[in-house]
Amino acid sequence: MTESHALTDTRADPRSRRRAEDERFLRGQGRYTADLTEDGDLIALVVRSPHAHALIRKIDTTPAQQVPKVRAVFTGDDLVRAGLGPLSCSLPLSGLIVPERLPLATDRVRFMGDPVALIVAETLAAAQDAAEALIIDYDALPALIDPRVAQNADAPLVWTNAPNNRAFTYEKGDPAAVADAFAMATHIAEIHLVNNRVAAMALEPRTVRAVYDPTRDHYTLTLSAASIHLFRPEIAKVLRVRDEQIDLIVPDAGGGFGMKNVAYPEYALLAWAAKTIGRALIWTADRLEEFSSGVHGRDNITHGRLALDAKGRFLALDVKTISNLGAYVSSLGPGAATTAPTPAMGGVYSIPAMAMHVEGVFTHTAPVDAYRGAGKPEANYLIERLIDIAARQFGFDAIALRRMNLPKRYPHVNAFGYTIDSGAPRDLLTRALVHADVKGFRKRQAQSKKRGRLRGLGVAFFLETSRGPVGEDAWLRLQHNGFIDLAVGSQSNGQGHETSMIQFVADTLGLPFSAFRYVQADTRVVPSGGGHGGARSFPMAGPAMAEAAARFRIMLLSAAGTLLQATDSECELITDGVRHHPTGRVISLSELARDAGVFEAHGRNDADLYNFPMGCHIAEVEIDPETGRVALLRYSGADDYGTLINPLLAEGQVHGGLAQGIGQAMLEDIRYDDNGQLISATLMDYAVPRGDDLPDFEIAFVENATAANPLGVKGAGQAGAIAAPQTVMNAIIDALAPFGVTHLDMPATPEKIWRAMNRT
Amino acid sequence: MYAFNYQRPKTVRQAAGLLAKAGGDGKLLAGGQTLLPTMKQRLASPAMLIDLNQVDGMGGIELKGRNLHIGAMTKHADVANSHIVKTAIPGLAALAEGIGDPAVRNRGTIGGSIANNDPAADYPAACLGLGATIVTNKRKIPADEFFTGMFDTALEDGEIITKVIFPVPQKAAYEKFPNPASRYAMVGVFVGKKGSDVRVAVTGAGANGVFRLPEFEAALKTRFNAKSLDGLSVPADGLNGDIHASPDYRAHLIGVMAKRAVNKALGK
Repeated sequence: MTESHALTDTRADPRSRRRAEDERFLRGQGRYTADLTEDGDLIALVVRSPHAHALIRKIDTTPAQQVPKVRAVFTGDDLVRAGLGPLSCSLPLSGLIVPERLPLATDRVRFMGDPVALIVAETLAAAQDAAEALIIDYDALPALIDPRVAQNADAPLVWTNAPNNRAFTYEKGDPAAVADAFAMATHIAEIHLVNNRVAAMALEPRTVRAVYDPTRDHYTLTLSAASIHLFRPEIAKVLRVRDEQIDLIVPDAGGGFGMKNVAYPEYALLAWAAKTIGRALIWTADRLEEFSSGVHGRDNITHGRLALDAKGRFLALDVKTISNLGAYVSSLGPGAATTAPTPAMGGVYSIPAMAMHVEGVFTHTAPVDAYRGAGKPEANYLIERLIDIAARQFGFDAIALRRMNLPKRYPHVNAFGYTIDSGAPRDLLTRALVHADVKGFRKRQAQSKKRGRLRGLGVAFFLETSRGPVGEDAWLRLQHNGFIDLAVGSQSNGQGHETSMIQFVADTLGLPFSAFRYVQADTRVVPSGGGHGGARSFPMAGPAMAEAAARFRIMLLSAAGTLLQATDSECELITDGVRHHPTGRVISLSELARDAGVFEAHGRNDADLYNFPMGCHIAEVEIDPETGRVALLRYSGADDYGTLINPLLAEGQVHGGLAQGIGQAMLEDIRYDDNGQLISATLMDYAVPRGDDLPDFEIAFVENATAANPLGVKGAGQAGAIAAPQTVMNAIIDALAPFGVTHLDMPATPEKIWRAMNRT
Repeated sequence: MYAFNYQRPKTVRQAAGLLAKAGGDGKLLAGGQTLLPTMKQRLASPAMLIDLNQVDGMGGIELKGRNLHIGAMTKHADVANSHIVKTAIPGLAALAEGIGDPAVRNRGTIGGSIANNDPAADYPAACLGLGATIVTNKRKIPADEFFTGMFDTALEDGEIITKVIFPVPQKAAYEKFPNPASRYAMVGVFVGKKGSDVRVAVTGAGANGVFRLPEFEAALKTRFNAKSLDGLSVPADGLNGDIHASPDYRAHLIGVMAKRAVNKALGK
């Protein structure tokens, strides 16, 4: 077992530098895409389908075009005439059916919110008037909403070229070995669960400003997005241009959580419209558009079975999942239920045999794509719920059952062949139990009972698999003014890279934090990048930054040596610049830039190894038995994100993830009615967690370095959202155990709990 | 938002005149907490917006004998923080404290809330549960006759609420089960006891807005104690159902909230 280190004291740790960018964010000085509107920009408005499924009989744009201040009204037919290409999926999955989709629907709409027309006007009000004047003759058709009925003979077809509405079938593991293990099992625990559909709810909605330069045949899109380098080719394919003809720039961005890593139809649409009209355009989604046409997350239906021997040792895990893709195949959509959960399947445990069978299904709902954790929350939720079910059903202690099935040593190779290089889950469990004062739980439970409340304890592990797209670049550039630009292909949309990455490079070089400026998400000056997806930023960009820093140091010393007519070894890098030992003379960075000119050092990391952050979390809830309302009273855990760069920021990442995971468990639910109308389309009906829904989080860090990268770091960005759902649900089900409740699907709403308690 | 004509009268009489002039196309703007978002979404399109915020004599909180007078333009935060209200009818101050969030409470007004008669608003339950009188520029309307249906009131064209008069009860309390998303009342029950009269008013649950529970009231008149409500239930027929709560869950919650309100009124 890997030896473990002492707990990190996050607040007192000198690495816990506070976020530099908060100065401007908290003072309202952030610069978001909509802030960059210029005089003369035209306003774009997307007209969307009110139907889940309908034929478009006819569109009459004439009355809309006659509205004063309206410049253009475009429909799908205009895109066909212009020869635009279809949107694509950048995730190669064997046998995947990717139906043809133009940025605007042509003959048929397939979900409520499907873009049908683009209106361009001088003002938003004029665009809204035109949208009302636009005549679209729909022929409404029956809609398919429930993926479980997708394969029924009478189910409406979303795509005629996808029989049974099936987009793909994905298999992993060894079904024969799993069948053998189940035949030998003493106990089999089983669950049927729905992992609820949720919305990412970034504070800043999607926004795009598009400019076309005819002299260069070049498009510039300023937008609130992430993973811009990855989806630029998808936009280029629609516009039928080379990637280099499009620059993408993201200024400050107010959150993303995966839902902004997607090439939305509006991007290419706005670029094309800007070229066609010859004016800069800006489009800002409103909240209703975000709910109805931003990609959603999760939405899987799983039947899981866990085989155990008489002692409780896990023998095999069998997973059958129906994944709801929505109406179209989004950029990375099919990955969220297939390649993304695979490395985390079975969680932290040692399970000798596993098999996964996933069917991706089309429905008349908004497309589903990767959302914070993407598949890893589903994988961990499944195993952790199954373990609690097994413990209760077969008389095991849930904590002892978990401990017994942890890997004996690391590296641990799981049944799917992934090598988990480091970890100390026993240690995390022990620390988490102490940290949460589990010993005192029975007493607290008795106190709750006195007050007429049901108290429950939930314990769960999580295993995160951090990597995302392989390969990352970093550049250090000495600029004319003496500042050093740190340019990185990863991207923060709230994570705090502007602090943590500069902190890392400044510490590596021994230069002050203030010597640097952070550059990201701008294809003009950051030529490549892999984005933040998969909690990859430090594991991927860290080694690239380290390499760039090592080269940059040599360049600085060499340049200074030339100016000082000294050998490199006589020079050293100090806080103020470069110092020449023999004379004691110091040459500052601005002097160096002035006299030696600007230069750039590049570093690249091509490692494709996953790292495996993990943790053990414990929640305590209290249920009001008269109303079914849950109060989450305590939430704590012991987590391992390897070597930390900035413990404070890591903790912030975990807290944010926890809020989203708790939201999924207790509050958040995207709901369509039987006709495909989105009935959780505003914040009046879609419940996101607020401060008073959450307790103080007490997360302790244990830093077990990974060998997967030279920094020893493991990704922390998604972990909270991966950990919280099963921890909270296990606590809720524990509280309801006296009522014979063994499982509830998320979110655990008051009515659901009340009904479960009053089942006869 | 559609274009509209904006007016800012100084007196109730001017406001009423403007309202009459606008015909059916005028809307009074009080706190704007419902009207403005609705206009932004183009779900309301008044040709004229008559802003009452500069009108004299529509604010203020005053205890006159055994009646509490609250001006129609009094903001929720002012009711919640008023020493007079906290002393005379603490349950009413607590209700105001629980409306929306601080931004809403510092803009929204009592007159605006009851004129709008949102079926999930809190104030209508207090008006009905305390037997309030709604005073307009034309007449006095008992709360029992004022709330006529969902988003519907007894207000006639050109009629403006100027104040609300609450008789001070011996005991009163409000208990709300908030919608987890909107934090509006999914079920809210206001209980008031004045002399031998007991009122129980329910908001958030009724398909036609706020309503009273005569059976509950009769039981509490016999003995003002939560136990008196044991065995009583509310039929689910006519109650709202949505993704947050079905009619029968709402019916159940009414019973629970009513008992809690009684206990709260008794200081338990």
